[in-house]
Amino acid sequence: MAKLNLLLLAVLVACALGLVTSQHKGRKLFSELERERDRARELDIEYGRLQLEASTWGLHSRVERIAAGNLGLRAPDPRRVRLVGRDSGR
Amino acid sequence: MTGAVGAAAQGLVRLPVWRARFVLAALLIGFGALVLRALYLQALKTDFLQEKGDARYSRVLEVPATRGRVFDRNGEALAVSTPVKSIWAIPSDVALKSAQKRKLASLLGMTTSELDKKLADPSRDFVYLKRQLAPDTAEAITELGLHGIYDQREFRRYYPAGEVTAHLVGFTGVDDSGQEGVELAHQDSLGGKAGSRRVIKDRLGRVVEDVQSIRAAQDGKDLTLAIDSKIQSLAYSALKSAVIASKARAGALIALDVHTGEVLALANVPSFNPNNRTRLSGAQLRNRVITDLFEPGSTLKPFTVALALESGKVAPQTIVPTAPGRLTIAKYTIRDVHPASALTVAQVIQKSSNVGAAKIALSMPREGMWDFFHRVGFGTAPQLGFPGAAAGKLRPYRTWKPVEQATMSYGHGISLSLVQLARAYTVFATDGELVPLTLVKSDAAAVGERIVSPQTARAVRAMLELAVQPGGTGPRARIMGWRVAGKTGTAHKQENGGYAAHKYIASFVGLAPVSAPRVVIAVMIDEPAAPHYYGGEVAAPVFAQTMQGTLRLLGVPHDAPLEPLEMPADGDAAGEST
Repeated sequence: MAKLNLLLLAVLVACALGLVTSQHKGRKLFSELERERDRARELDIEYGRLQLEASTWGLHSRVERIAAGNLGLRAPDPRRVRLVGRDSGR
Repeated sequence: MTGAVGAAAQGLVRLPVWRARFVLAALLIGFGALVLRALYLQALKTDFLQEKGDARYSRVLEVPATRGRVFDRNGEALAVSTPVKSIWAIPSDVALKSAQKRKLASLLGMTTSELDKKLADPSRDFVYLKRQLAPDTAEAITELGLHGIYDQREFRRYYPAGEVTAHLVGFTGVDDSGQEGVELAHQDSLGGKAGSRRVIKDRLGRVVEDVQSIRAAQDGKDLTLAIDSKIQSLAYSALKSAVIASKARAGALIALDVHTGEVLALANVPSFNPNNRTRLSGAQLRNRVITDLFEPGSTLKPFTVALALESGKVAPQTIVPTAPGRLTIAKYTIRDVHPASALTVAQVIQKSSNVGAAKIALSMPREGMWDFFHRVGFGTAPQLGFPGAAAGKLRPYRTWKPVEQATMSYGHGISLSLVQLARAYTVFATDGELVPLTLVKSDAAAVGERIVSPQTARAVRAMLELAVQPGGTGPRARIMGWRVAGKTGTAHKQENGGYAAHKYIASFVGLAPVSAPRVVIAVMIDEPAAPHYYGGEVAAPVFAQTMQGTLRLLGVPHDAPLEPLEMPADGDAAGEST
């Protein structure tokens, strides 16, 4: 009887320690998950900022100004443009 | 006796019984008190204590939701929310040295007296010093390390395209909710819902466990609009330079894709910068395309003719007597700028003859005309999902007098918005079907509603092509490489219940390429200054410029020889009185 009790006690202690460890691990993983989520949010915000920047730099009026002003580009004479159909073999 | 002496000698004294009982009773009372206290704490005050305990490590966190972004059809960002800092203070905690105060005021972009005014009331616990600062400025303020001054993260909406898309996209208020345009119309899907959750935090402030999600955060959904930034930009700059050149009060333009009913461009002049909305006037904010009404003038004549063709009353070559270029009904006289003795129905459109249109209209019952106008969408607000879309004014036919039926045939006595007019022209662009419009990108072809037969639509389209040929009123609308068709309009402006003598609205509505129409563009210029105020002079070039760019950007095949076009030297051909 005493032996069984001792055995049960040992099992109980082991279980208790296991519970504590797993909870600790769980919390650690969770805080990591939280960190990654925060990072994802930050990255999303940065993505938005970059989209904003891309749109601002790629503004049609700005591209046109640089193309026509700094680079001296101009639209080609329509007579020198040939349109190619997307799915026609011509 | 000896026993007692013996006991005393051994140090044993018999104590009175009550002392032992007293100690026992004291212990029992003590236990009893503990049990009662335990009961009290465990059973009665347990909620309170649990709460206090939780408060040591569990926190309710706000989960912020971000507002959805707005893109154009090619994925170009038109509206993006990005975090900024707001600086706030607890006035009673703030004690600034004068040097600090100067520094802070200059960072906040205000004078020291303005700052003093904000901090003047010590009874307030919370005062915004400045909202929505750029992150680096806010950082600089935080680095000053001033007591009683804090920052808070907020979202601010940025519009990279600025004034070009201002009227369509609209803007949000300081609380990040839509106030105008698409931002308001799609507030429900764009605006996220902030959530909150209960978590356990450890000693270092890290979240270690999610206890319960009180409300899940819902991020706003991104929205992809139908407009094309490049076409929009092209349209805006063409419109703007035309408005400046003609010293007009305002201008508006809309471009539609006929196949899908998508709005490719929607421009208004004057515009505003949605990123900096100080000193805004009502004129700048007005979306003339959707919410403003005007009398369309001659651009309505094709509908009169279409109805007449559809009902079999006339054929394109039927002669309409228009001599002597005047028609008097009751006390009102309708005039033509270029009087002709007789015109074919096609020439009525080509030369924009008011008398011809009026005579055609008067040969038809007013119910039929009302019904036709109603079916092409006049008098009904377009289903655009845009706030404040105007319905226009189409009076019930019972109240029409003959003279009104006559003037309505060339677009007077009826008012509509530019978007209604452009949409109605899809009837001529699609072989007779009225296309439903959408501001949001759609890949499916639109399912139109049949209004007239394909023969009628093609016949009117041919007349509209004549109107932009030399000899018509709008030759300046032609472009190299594509056949265009369209109608000019020059309407007297309504003022104080009558028509202003020298104020006009010049307009042009057209479609291209004629062989397989793809795009409809409508242009309206408000009060162009004399002497060039005709639709064919002021609005048609804007149409041509925008249409050419649009067709090029959409990659629409040419259907006309690539030869330079000869433009008329003076504006005489463009003359018309409506």
